[in-house]
Amino acid sequence: MSVELIVFFALAALAVGGALSLIFQRHPIHSALSLIVVMIALAGLYLLMGAEFVAAVQIIVYGGAIMVLFVFVIMLLNAGVEERTNMSKLAGYAGIPLALALTSFLAAALTRSSDAVQASAATGTAAPTKALAMLLFQDFVYPFELTSFLILVAILGAIVLAQRETSR
Amino acid sequence: MIDFLNAHAELLINLVKTALLLFIVLTVNAYLTWFERKVVAHMQSRWGPHRVGPHGLLQPLADGVKFLFKEDPTPAGVDKFVYYMAPLLALALALTSIAVIPFGPDPIRVFGRDIYLGITDLNIGILALFAITALGVYGVALAGWSSNSKYPLLGGLRSSAQMISYELALTMSVVGVLLMAGSFSLRDIIANQQNTPGLFGWHGIFSWNIFAGPFPQILGFLCFFVAAIAETNRVPFDLPEAESELVAGFHTEYASFKFAMFFIAEYTSMITVSALCSILFFGGWLSPFPAAWTFTHYLPSIILIPFGFWVIWDGIRYETVFGRIILPGIGTAMAAVGIALLLFPTVNEFIQAPFWLLSKILVFLFIYVWMRGTLPRLRYDQLMDFGWKLLLPVSLANVVITAGAILWWGKP
Amino acid sequence: MIPAHYFIVLSAILFGLGVVAFIFKRNIISIFMSIELMLNAVNLAFVSFSQTWGQLNGQIFVLFVIVVAAAEAAVGLGIIILIASNRQSLNVERVDLLKL
Repeated sequence: MSVELIVFFALAALAVGGALSLIFQRHPIHSALSLIVVMIALAGLYLLMGAEFVAAVQIIVYGGAIMVLFVFVIMLLNAGVEERTNMSKLAGYAGIPLALALTSFLAAALTRSSDAVQASAATGTAAPTKALAMLLFQDFVYPFELTSFLILVAILGAIVLAQRETSR
Repeated sequence: MIDFLNAHAELLINLVKTALLLFIVLTVNAYLTWFERKVVAHMQSRWGPHRVGPHGLLQPLADGVKFLFKEDPTPAGVDKFVYYMAPLLALALALTSIAVIPFGPDPIRVFGRDIYLGITDLNIGILALFAITALGVYGVALAGWSSNSKYPLLGGLRSSAQMISYELALTMSVVGVLLMAGSFSLRDIIANQQNTPGLFGWHGIFSWNIFAGPFPQILGFLCFFVAAIAETNRVPFDLPEAESELVAGFHTEYASFKFAMFFIAEYTSMITVSALCSILFFGGWLSPFPAAWTFTHYLPSIILIPFGFWVIWDGIRYETVFGRIILPGIGTAMAAVGIALLLFPTVNEFIQAPFWLLSKILVFLFIYVWMRGTLPRLRYDQLMDFGWKLLLPVSLANVVITAGAILWWGKP
Repeated sequence: MIPAHYFIVLSAILFGLGVVAFIFKRNIISIFMSIELMLNAVNLAFVSFSQTWGQLNGQIFVLFVIVVAAAEAAVGLGIIILIASNRQSLNVERVDLLKL
């Protein structure tokens, strides 16, 4: 039981606990906080695997910008506790077993595909940022420029959506 | 027993270092509040705290006791979990950011083990600090929201909008330094400044990032400093928490101990920002004098001994009996340390690096307090205009110009 | 050393939990957050594959996924704000004008 394994199980428990809390909390702000916990746990897992730049980007962008956006919207819209609705029984009784089946199919398919690599350890070499940058700006420069265009389109869309509220 | 210590030495050393650093940071925080009140008071031609202990030196202790014993009400209708968690989050994040800062290049050799000054040295040092800053927005936003009252909500929303706006300029203004250093690690950034020849081949002050390289990072430093002041919600960017504006902004409904946690978080992030400014732009622990001038190594003693004697002389003539005992004691301790540094050259060499880093941090803290004492605060729309329309384009321009300069002239 | 399939199974579990949250939650914002959870699970799978085979393409793709998620969150939350002001409720069962 090496230290890495203990840390892995702790972070995995934190992530799964956060996801369960996301499902079972009734107030959206608590769900948002649980999702932030999941993201931080995942960043810890990325650090454990040696992907340090992705871990930092995950916290800065996902945890520090996208989730802040979510929290802002929840605060602005004054979202309250979810009301109890009569959800269809079919969704309740058939949904959960089907979701379990989906999870196990995914796990089995993906694990089988990685078995071929002799169950190699997932704590590989540290990924230097320089190598990532070389790859991003040389081989993947076209998708990179496209994503910057995508962000521009998203900004324009958000501005147009916000304007339509006030211009009536 | 010894075997147990030997087997877990790394863990124990790190634990002891963490506890020690925590204690030191909290004490420095407390005396930073004393420093701020004294300096702002003297700028306003008054005395500041001078009754509690000699020269008001025990004022932080009195404040701490007040925070512990004051009534701590919880308003009705708050979201209990978020209300209690927000100050904890802010404090935890602020204190975690101290872990990444290195305080000296050489390790101490104890029992055959090297103990480096500073808790850790991450490969992604700067990015980790930005991650912690990014998460710091939550402390403010959640505090404002959970207080179930309109002033904190507005203050919290404004404050967090301000923080995420200036975060962009903050991260962009550092990219110039990263281009010159080629690494995210803070120790590498300082080492890079040590190896740069600088202007005229002088290795002292002219090899610091702010003066050296193909493009001196003056613009980057100004953008970073201004953005950092906005990030830490200090004057002139403290509209969301100023007393005359929104009652007290996002921490209106927080009393005694929880307010103290926000307070400590703000001052700790001030210390972190000052440390970052000095590490990134002003050479960290490098001396401004060229290495050939070894007589400058006596500077700590030259400062400590006369200052110690002055404290003794001032203490002897102090008004209260308590002051007449304590102040000469402090003065004697300072003079003794100064003389000890003269007598033990190895300790003197070792103490040079932390001495310079701490002096630079002190200079930046003084600038922070100076700005608090003199500048008026910006209105909220002026603040947002400044962040988006001036600071972000300027920091982007700095990145482009630095990259162009490095491509054209090459790194020295 | 941690075997690779530990991370894959964790990713699948998180994805399944995201699907469950998507189906069972009634608040629009919670449903949107479950989509983010599913994206995060997929990111974990990408990074673990990248580290297993020593190629950095997986991490590049994670960066792209994060960027696209940011753009999607911005536009999606704008739409959610409009829906909330139009229908005065954040419950998806109230937004059923297209139902038969």
